[in-house]
Amino acid sequence: MSNVDVVVTGLGATTPLGGDVASTWDAMLAGRSGVRALTQEWAAQLTVRIAAELAVEPSEVIERVRLRRLDRSEAIALIAAKQAWADAGLEGTGLDPERLGVSFGSGIGGAQTLLNQDDILEAQGPRKVSPHTVPMLMPNGPAAWIGIDFGAQAGVHAMASACATGAEALALGLDIIRSGRADVVIAGGTEAVIHPLPFAGFASMRAMSTRNDEPEKASRPWDKGRDGFVFGEGSGAVILERADHAKARGARVYARLAGAGITSDGYDIVQPDPECKGGIRAMSKAIRDAGLTGADIAHVNAHATSTPAGDMGEIIGIRTAVGSHPVITSTKSMSGHLLGAAGAVESIAAILAIRDSVVPPTINLDDPDERLDLDVAAHKARPLEIHAAMNNSFGFGGHNVALVFTRP
Amino acid sequence: MATREEITSGLAEILEEVAGVNPDDVAEEKSFTDDLDVDSLSMVEVVVAAEEKFGVKIPDNEVQNLKTVGDAVSYIEANH
Repeated sequence: MSNVDVVVTGLGATTPLGGDVASTWDAMLAGRSGVRALTQEWAAQLTVRIAAELAVEPSEVIERVRLRRLDRSEAIALIAAKQAWADAGLEGTGLDPERLGVSFGSGIGGAQTLLNQDDILEAQGPRKVSPHTVPMLMPNGPAAWIGIDFGAQAGVHAMASACATGAEALALGLDIIRSGRADVVIAGGTEAVIHPLPFAGFASMRAMSTRNDEPEKASRPWDKGRDGFVFGEGSGAVILERADHAKARGARVYARLAGAGITSDGYDIVQPDPECKGGIRAMSKAIRDAGLTGADIAHVNAHATSTPAGDMGEIIGIRTAVGSHPVITSTKSMSGHLLGAAGAVESIAAILAIRDSVVPPTINLDDPDERLDLDVAAHKARPLEIHAAMNNSFGFGGHNVALVFTRP
Repeated sequence: MATREEITSGLAEILEEVAGVNPDDVAEEKSFTDDLDVDSLSMVEVVVAAEEKFGVKIPDNEVQNLKTVGDAVSYIEANH
């Protein structure tokens, strides 16, 4: 436990469910799916032809000239961060730049730029490669642009821990504020690589759903018919702030980020530990760090991606580290898997679940796996008083992050 | 042979596309960096697009001499 209280004062997101937090959250509570058939020409040759693409194109938000020097993952990170900044009421507050940090990551980074510029290199030669290529593809690009736009001078950090990235970015933000290095951290994750190469790569691993004829039913965590995750794009941003700093400026507080647990499996590059040992340690650490016990956690926004192998291990983990009482959900059933942004967007869902006393549903759970012995908010949102909620995010490489949010 | 006016208006089109410069602001006496706010990376894009548009080669060691729109027009006029 730390004696420095850290709170969440701003939220921002652009996801397959909506161009901002309000529309994303409304869609989640209504149980809407953001998964659609891919209409790009290149999709025809793939075994996976569905994805969760952004509901609002970045070009509707960022002007053309600026956009042409931003990778899509950078553009949507900026969009989410700007929303969170405005939501926190930080505009024009004269925050000392030396007390502002950024912790913002991506699972894959600017791969879309890399691949597009490689096409140009092959077809038109090196002189035609854009001078913006390197700042667009570098994985610290999203964090760096956010730092530049808001003048952050307390350190800009770029996490890369695959599908745990967004959650790990929040965990690092918590550490930065607790350590005294900053009063405010813009934290989150971003991912935008709707391109045939990652589709082909994940499909070759047999990790993605091929339910091409029923896109909205393809992401079905814990359902017997699940056959892989659905690739998505999006970004989520959270303003983390030292509680007394937020109080002094009269900021609205959504929740406390009360604890974080980070562990690694040391086991396999893609397979999660089947007994979820690393996940259990992460969850237990987060609960302890928050000064709570498992009994206090009323709700878990689970990592559950809809893969046959991954989903059930986490159930064992939650049961062991938290208990059999929490109401759990996987919002990936609606948003698809936002990879490096997942932990940030799902943390936002957990925070709003606390605020609104409601657990968003897990859609498509028509025929639950027999080993699912926890209470899932299946099909419909579930009203629930929540003092403390947990978000789990696990990533290729054996990264495990659990975050605990509590009512302010 | 393109006239100086035609080259200027061609550069204005490129500057609008690449850097969002208002074509009305583009005139021979304007400095790319000081007046038109074209940064070094955008200038590289302008040069590559101008090479294509006007069928010239603008070597990197020439680019530093192209301070104003007029400098670029003169170079293109003399070399295309």
